[in-house]
Amino acid sequence: MDSPQAAPSGPPAVGPAVPGQRVDDEPYLRVDDLRVRFATADGVVRAVDGVSFTVRRGRTLGIVGESGSGKSVTSLAVLGLHDPRRSTVSGTITLGGRQLVGLPEKQVRRLRGRDVAMIFQDPLSALHPYYTVGRQIAEAYRVHHPRVGRRAARARAVELLDRVGIPQPARRHDQYPHEFSGGMRQRAMIAMALVNDPALVIADEPTTALDVTVQAQILDLLADLQAEFRTAIVLITHDLGVVAQVADDVLVMYAGRVVERGSVAQVLRRPQHPYTWGLLSSVPSLHGDADADLVPIPGNPPSLIHLPSGCAFHPRCRYADRTGDRARTQVPQLGPAGADGHLVACHLPPDARTRLAAGSPSERRMP
Amino acid sequence: MARFLVKRLFSATLTLFAVSVLSFLMFFALPRDPVTGMCPKNCDPERLERVRQELGLRDPLISQYAGYMKGIVTGRDLGSAQGGRCDAPCLGWSYVSNEAVSDTIARVLPVTLSIVVPAAVLWLLLGVGLGVVSALRRGTWLDRAAIGFSLAGASLQLYFVGAVLLLVFVYTLRWLPVPSYTPLRDDPLRWASGLVLAWLALAFLFSAIYARLSRAQMLETLSEDFVRTARAKGLSPPTVYGRHALRAAITPVVTIAGLDVGGALGGTVITETTFGLNGMGRTAVDAVRSGDLPTIMATVLIAAVFVVLANVLVDLLYAAIDPRVRLR
Repeated sequence: MDSPQAAPSGPPAVGPAVPGQRVDDEPYLRVDDLRVRFATADGVVRAVDGVSFTVRRGRTLGIVGESGSGKSVTSLAVLGLHDPRRSTVSGTITLGGRQLVGLPEKQVRRLRGRDVAMIFQDPLSALHPYYTVGRQIAEAYRVHHPRVGRRAARARAVELLDRVGIPQPARRHDQYPHEFSGGMRQRAMIAMALVNDPALVIADEPTTALDVTVQAQILDLLADLQAEFRTAIVLITHDLGVVAQVADDVLVMYAGRVVERGSVAQVLRRPQHPYTWGLLSSVPSLHGDADADLVPIPGNPPSLIHLPSGCAFHPRCRYADRTGDRARTQVPQLGPAGADGHLVACHLPPDARTRLAAGSPSERRMP
Repeated sequence: MARFLVKRLFSATLTLFAVSVLSFLMFFALPRDPVTGMCPKNCDPERLERVRQELGLRDPLISQYAGYMKGIVTGRDLGSAQGGRCDAPCLGWSYVSNEAVSDTIARVLPVTLSIVVPAAVLWLLLGVGLGVVSALRRGTWLDRAAIGFSLAGASLQLYFVGAVLLLVFVYTLRWLPVPSYTPLRDDPLRWASGLVLAWLALAFLFSAIYARLSRAQMLETLSEDFVRTARAKGLSPPTVYGRHALRAAITPVVTIAGLDVGGALGGTVITETTFGLNGMGRTAVDAVRSGDLPTIMATVLIAAVFVVLANVLVDLLYAAIDPRVRLR
């Protein structure tokens, strides 16, 4: 995620590529201090509040968090899909060197589906029920290849259906989404996302609506395609198992902010934030003690209109008392957490955190 | 698709059969004797009885119904008292107007068709257009204006709107002639100028409902995942809203439109009365007033045919719009 050149603390520096550096080393997607706000009748919703991250081609970033943590809002911002009449987006989103925030809608539209494509959670509702699967794929292709004829677009759609492992692609091309099984539908959705060879694919909970066996197939497929096309992938999920399986880097979000980020090994093996601990101990482990209790995180995600003061997680944090008043009064900044590139936003003293992190989940439970 | 059509047509036929039986039985259920109606005063009982025989009123009910149906399909001989030979579709003889009911219908049905069909086209375009635009511009002055328009349309009465239109365009500005019916084939311009106020009045009132319905439908559809997918593909707003959102939003509108148009073709009494046009609606009301049973039956039956046909058409449109319907 962070290139070694980037400063380990604070958001990564934005700027032109270092001369002489291979273009590939430059992250394809660079999000810096992204803020997304919605004005509602009840007040301003700070859905995303200062999020920064980068993704390079061929790499996968997992964004993890509960519902309402800002994962999906972040991804929609990267596609420029927020309605400017109802939301305010600030910060910078650089996609292959182009600044997206503030770009005219017409130009963003040219990038959408071509340079950056999206795979949605529920393929049944994300595909149009009244059009054949093939037509929807061909439509995605033709909008960015206006000179391509109907027949060539059809051939391309069939080719993609074949590529994502749909048997009898020519016949399937002319069927409707309701004639597909759940897994096949998600494959079709992936085919639609890949039809223009995008450099970046955002997958928003791509396996949540699927059977567990199909989940693994879809994740394998994504990994295969990524290896083939060197696609950068942003994988949004609440499933840490999925992250462990396919992601290279992880971003843990809470209440619109990044609370922890680092490589998968860093975040999942040596989690530094109490919220990440909570996420990890609420997931059953196949390899660990099957009798160990799953520990839910107490309380509910906070209202994004009236965020708790200081650290937004403090009302649900078992260790908030150990920071004195700071958890209630100061917003913790993302800072280095031991290993290189591993960042955490927590007031707990590093040694206390390391001690707690080293302990087993059951020890962490008892402060 | 063919099976779907056959199934729908079969159930439509069944419905029409039920309506024809009911409207036929109404003939006998009503406390009116058609024969006494024919000669209101000083008819001797003997003559009345002879007429009853002649009309077949002494025959068993079933054979009377069969005769009526046969008349509709092949025509029949009604006897000299009722104009003799009555060609298909024979709907009987009216004692009140002294003509074959089918002749009356042939005269008034084109009037109703000429009122309703153009008005329906207008109100659908206006209503759906307004609804879609206000959904896309939700919260703007345009949306508020559209809501106000539809509130007015929903609360005003046709005879009021019609009277205002007549007062302004016919009697004050004198832009239009007094409404009248000229057959379309005779003179298209006079046909249109004589009916345009009726179209406008109907379209205004009906489009209000359609504007509200399509606005609500469109707003709901715009929040659907597949609309977000369409935008994420990089499609232009006209494609996203037209091809993706509107097609999904339009289905309930099609249903209501089918019912409304089918119902209106059976007669638009108030419109016809307001603009002094003699269509199916007024004919039906007049027939009820004067106890003209054959005409009542005919208008009921024809209205039912329109409603049933409209429903079949709606089903077919549904299947054309939504591929999932074809499976059922």
